[in-house]
Amino acid sequence: MNPVILAAAAPGVAADFSQETIWASIVKAVLIVVFLLTSVLFAIWFERKVVARMQVRPGPNWHGPFGLLQSLADAMKLLLKEDMTVTRADRFVYLLAPMISVFCSLLVFAVIPFGPSLPFPWTDWTTPAQLTDFPVAVLYVLAAASLGVYGIVLGGWASGSTYPLLGSVRSTAQVISYELAMGLSLVSVFIMAGSMSTSQIVSSQTQIWWFIPLAPAFVIYVISMIGETNRLPFDLPEAEGELVSGYMTEYSSMKFAWFFLAEYINMLNVSAVAVTLFLGGWRAPVPDGFLGGALNEGWLPILWFLVKLWAVMFVFVWVRGTLLRLRYDQFMVFGWKVLIPVALGWVVVLSVVQWLQRVQGVTYQQFIPVIIGAAVVFIAVMWFWPEKKEAPPGAGQEKEPVDAFAGGFPVPPLPGEKLPPSKRFGKEVHGE
Amino acid sequence: MTPGALEISGGETFLFWVIAPLMVLAALGLLFVKRAVHAAMCLVFVMVSMAILYIAQEAPFLGVVQVVVYTGAVMMLFLFVLMLVGVDASDSLTETIRGQRWIGLLIGIGLAAVLGGVVGRAAFPPAVGLSGGDPDGVANPQALARVLFGDYVLAMEAVGVLLVTAAVGALVLTHRRRLAPKQTQASVADARIKALPDGVVLTPLPSPGVYARSNAMDTPALGPDGEQVPQSVSRVLRIRGQERPAPHGAVVVSTGSTREGTGSARDEEGDA
Repeated sequence: MNPVILAAAAPGVAADFSQETIWASIVKAVLIVVFLLTSVLFAIWFERKVVARMQVRPGPNWHGPFGLLQSLADAMKLLLKEDMTVTRADRFVYLLAPMISVFCSLLVFAVIPFGPSLPFPWTDWTTPAQLTDFPVAVLYVLAAASLGVYGIVLGGWASGSTYPLLGSVRSTAQVISYELAMGLSLVSVFIMAGSMSTSQIVSSQTQIWWFIPLAPAFVIYVISMIGETNRLPFDLPEAEGELVSGYMTEYSSMKFAWFFLAEYINMLNVSAVAVTLFLGGWRAPVPDGFLGGALNEGWLPILWFLVKLWAVMFVFVWVRGTLLRLRYDQFMVFGWKVLIPVALGWVVVLSVVQWLQRVQGVTYQQFIPVIIGAAVVFIAVMWFWPEKKEAPPGAGQEKEPVDAFAGGFPVPPLPGEKLPPSKRFGKEVHGE
Repeated sequence: MTPGALEISGGETFLFWVIAPLMVLAALGLLFVKRAVHAAMCLVFVMVSMAILYIAQEAPFLGVVQVVVYTGAVMMLFLFVLMLVGVDASDSLTETIRGQRWIGLLIGIGLAAVLGGVVGRAAFPPAVGLSGGDPDGVANPQALARVLFGDYVLAMEAVGVLLVTAAVGALVLTHRRRLAPKQTQASVADARIKALPDGVVLTPLPSPGVYARSNAMDTPALGPDGEQVPQSVSRVLRIRGQERPAPHGAVVVSTGSTREGTGSARDEEGDA
């Protein structure tokens, strides 16, 4: 691969990689891996601590300051545990699957911009704070995510056991369904930013962060990112009550640790994509031109990026601490019958609006009466929509004569039931 | 970089010579491995390597789309079917069409001849690079979109309609008319409540017995009255006759003074 050609032949990429040397790329790649691994250790501690606070208990507080070293101890314990392989496992694929998961999860951060170009003190050398970028960088993120599913699928299949297979089948169906909704929600960002390169998308958010004008797309993205990473309330592939722990059931020790690592790195990945595409990337949360843009220069943007990243991670934990797991069929119905149609409809609406603005030259002022009119029509329709009549319980069923002495005991009538008229009393008795 | 003579960088050459032999090996593996899932994995490897080569040859969009569409969606569905159907279980070698092998061989030789002819007659002009060979920049997404949704919009829409028709057709073919009302969580709960007098238990069944001396699936639990609860043992074990009685001397909970002393007698009865 020739990075110089890629950089030169890349229209629509804001970051300038023309000065990049191979050594700079290697150093950045190593830094990204180190960042991800330490972030995972922190994320586990963060999740346990926040969930604990939500449940009014202290959480890990024994090892290290604030229990920070707890996840390190857990990792050591995992590494030293006995590594078991199931007899019926397909050994090669069984070993390969967790590797695929981790490898694919490490790919995504290559295109995430941590900041604009970084100046190095006492030199005039600057470098973009991201490993690489190209015109289809966000599609590359989707590609890496779709490859990562292979780890889950093959892991479940290679275990040669029932629950892992069921877990992996669920997971595949889930990730494929929710990737569609996710891709559609990203399309609206592509339309607004006019680019699929991450650095270009960040620089298109100078005026306004996309989560405000594209709020429906952002909501869809947040829902589908939780589905994509198999987290509560969508953690059906590893639903403990139903599938032991899904595709990871037969894994232990280091191989299990790899799956675990991949899951948390994937959380960081989708959070970073959310920050980059919808939440202004590394931009400071101040209006454009504040202090002459001093907050958006140098090394400070990395701080904004990390703050936003952990804010999204907090949402993950918050959702986990709040919501219950969905039933599988409800979950699939939600994905296919709600999320995808809404996402498609939103893309169509956005495209029409963009076409009116850019091609027909309609201004924002002209849009206001249209929006108000649409809202009035919608409210009117909802107002006069005939209310669905609730069928009375048992209306559709054949009325059977009630046996007032079922099993030899006198039984009171159930709601809606009517006792046969008493021969002695000569009146009817109704159930309440 | 002048059009007409592109110098291929050392990195690209290295990448090619690392990936190409692996791709050939994987392609051969696709033909020769025994298990269907392994063959699918070989195909996935070839696809991903090809995507890497596309990207190295200045076509990042093509490479990424190859992974998203073919590897991420199409191949995943294949794998799904392979896993669920379990093609590995029994490969039937009987010929369903007479002379199938000879026809297959003939077609194979024909395909090889055509491919060999095309490859043999191919000319290899000096590499010009994307900027030389493609002045409109068709490889980048904007230009690609302009070509697809501008020049070829009719063909695009026709293909789209065809695909939607196929999808709807598949839905129609697999559709079954609903004969009974749909079962919901509420209706199932209602039915269970109604079946209560017939001996249906609303709560989960008791789990098999846990005793100090035996902690096994095949030992029934003891109810509060000291009776063994046969439903606590898996139905399969009961049908196979692999159920074991509660171990001798198990603690029997007596529930009242009238029953005192009868518990152990019942237990021995169960053992016998």
